[in-house]
Amino acid sequence: MSDTHAQTVSYVRDTMLPETSPPSSQVGAVRWLRENLFSSVTNALLTLISIYVVYYVISHIGPWMVGGIWDAGSLAECREIRNATLGTDASVACWAVLGDRWHQLLFGFYPSDLYWRPILALIVFGGGIAPIMFDKVPRKTLILSALAPFVCFWLLWGGSIWLPISAALGFVVGYIAYGLISKSLGSLAGMIAAIVLPLIYWLMISGPLYGALHNAAPIGIEFVESRAFGGFMLSVVIGLSAIVLSLPLGILLALARQSDLFIIKTSAVVFIEVIRGVPLIVWLFTAQLLLNYFLPPGTNFDLTLRVIIMVTLFASAYIAEVVRGGLAALPKGQYEGADSLGLSYWQSMQLIVLPQALKISIPGIVNTFIGLFKDTTLVVFIGLADPIGFSNLIRASTDWNGIYWELFIFIGAMFFLFCFSMGRYSLYLENKLQRENR
Amino acid sequence: MSDLATDRAIDRSKLQVTDEVAIEINNMNKWYGTFHVLRDINLTVNRGERIVICGPSGSGKSTLIRCINRLEEHQKGQIIVDGTELSSDLKNIDKIRSEVGMCFQHFNLFPHLTILENCTLAPIWVRKTPKKEAEEIAMHFLEKVKIPDQALKYPGQLSGGQQQRVAIARSLCMKPRIMLFDEPTSALDPEMIKEVLDTMIELAEEGMTMLCVTHEMGFAQAVANRVIFMDQGQIVEQNEPKEFFNNPQSERTQLFLSQILGH
Repeated sequence: MSDTHAQTVSYVRDTMLPETSPPSSQVGAVRWLRENLFSSVTNALLTLISIYVVYYVISHIGPWMVGGIWDAGSLAECREIRNATLGTDASVACWAVLGDRWHQLLFGFYPSDLYWRPILALIVFGGGIAPIMFDKVPRKTLILSALAPFVCFWLLWGGSIWLPISAALGFVVGYIAYGLISKSLGSLAGMIAAIVLPLIYWLMISGPLYGALHNAAPIGIEFVESRAFGGFMLSVVIGLSAIVLSLPLGILLALARQSDLFIIKTSAVVFIEVIRGVPLIVWLFTAQLLLNYFLPPGTNFDLTLRVIIMVTLFASAYIAEVVRGGLAALPKGQYEGADSLGLSYWQSMQLIVLPQALKISIPGIVNTFIGLFKDTTLVVFIGLADPIGFSNLIRASTDWNGIYWELFIFIGAMFFLFCFSMGRYSLYLENKLQRENR
Repeated sequence: MSDLATDRAIDRSKLQVTDEVAIEINNMNKWYGTFHVLRDINLTVNRGERIVICGPSGSGKSTLIRCINRLEEHQKGQIIVDGTELSSDLKNIDKIRSEVGMCFQHFNLFPHLTILENCTLAPIWVRKTPKKEAEEIAMHFLEKVKIPDQALKYPGQLSGGQQQRVAIARSLCMKPRIMLFDEPTSALDPEMIKEVLDTMIELAEEGMTMLCVTHEMGFAQAVANRVIFMDQGQIVEQNEPKEFFNNPQSERTQLFLSQILGH
């Protein structure tokens, strides 16, 4: 208690008080329980009710899941086993469907002797994204990140090795064009050349080049049609491609929306608002039905690729708005600080503005990605066999007619695994950046 | 009359003004929408001059120095910095910005970079200085503003006065020939104002051309060779500090001085 009182104005302390520990009721588990669960009569009551509800739910679902039957060839067989062992009243899961059909839920109709290819592609993807996600991975491995998309494409679809190589050369063309032309004619001319020359290359040169190379040295692996893609593999291919492609596109759109140049700004606003304002399912139908009308006759553009493009555009509009929020949250002084040092627009974006704006936007970006990944299940409506599509197909067989819960629990668990790890990564990134700036 | 918030002795003999023109502003006008912020500004600054600009808030003093490195765009008239005229030509703007250093009221350090990175960023990316050399330059200037031991910390870990000195060092790393100060001490506690002013005096003694918007009248008296008073977007009065403070001519100036020096 205080030694100073109102009536004594002058006061000098002659002994300093030693440090003491808090009373025992204020530390440890006792304190935690008291503060969090039993702080008042109402709270104690609510705690008890909650415990009962949790017990009730688990006591019903637990035995059903744990006692499930794993070894059976059909739903009918499952029921026989149940009747024999637990009696007809018992209700248990029939997990046997997963053992029987896991390959379809995971890989669709992908040839079973080639399952190693999507698995390897996922590993290559992980290796490619690691240097971007974790800065402890050596910087030099970034070159692998650039190659990974082409390797993944080749592993998934197969065919001649020259197709991804001749496509990748387009980026090399752009890179060299930018390097040469920006030096002599300025960065704007360089940027235009870096966009135009690769386009010319892809439209006119890459086709014949691919043909020539393929005739000269027909190296390749077995081609797998998109139609064979299905199950989680399809969700992951669409989801991850769209995630990887929509982030840079969304950032560019957000910057364009902030631009002082009227035409660039207006096109960005129109694009974002139109894409956002129409449901994804409508865009998917557009991809399935309408897109062919706009393409030159005779071109048969792969449906899976069309869906990937549509989902990418859709996600990029959302990412653009999330990033715009981050840009707006940045104090004006940061732009001025960068300007006053003579940094060019792209330098100040790359070095000052985006690192800070993206850091602010991480939760929103990951949130959008999680939503996007789950939205890939909509492709079932345009006839692609994603996990939901396969649950219908599996049920259509006489063996498994009438099985619902087990399949949906499995699909839900798989999606949860992906989305939860994305959320965790977002938290890790936030904490890491928070630590670094403190 | 308020004292300079520093007890540092100033060697006035070191403060030399040359005949060479550093900045020339001719009939410059600026509008925010239809609001006429700067009206017919004419100002010539020689190399080595230390000019203090004061005036009531909203008088356009910050806007004036922000026009000099084109953080604000002027609509009429001419601004020539180091022989280069400011126009919408981006190349000229970037060139002038790399020659003219600026310190802001709120420092505007980059919070996601360390002190050292803040200082090496522009030399590396704008001047294409090799990283090692840029770091040596940065350490040199950080020593000069007396915070070399904080080089690996982040701006958020430093006090306001330290941050402002880092901001000065960051500008100096670009080896500017002109420094602009936009109320560099207004956001600081009294005890930190001194350390920033000391740094600025040291700069003046080295012959830096300085334009300083500030309310530190002690600094103006001790260091400036010219004081400019602005009101309603116009230069109302300018004079040597001694004359300006002891014998203000215009009524507006007298009123302003009595208000800020009156207590």
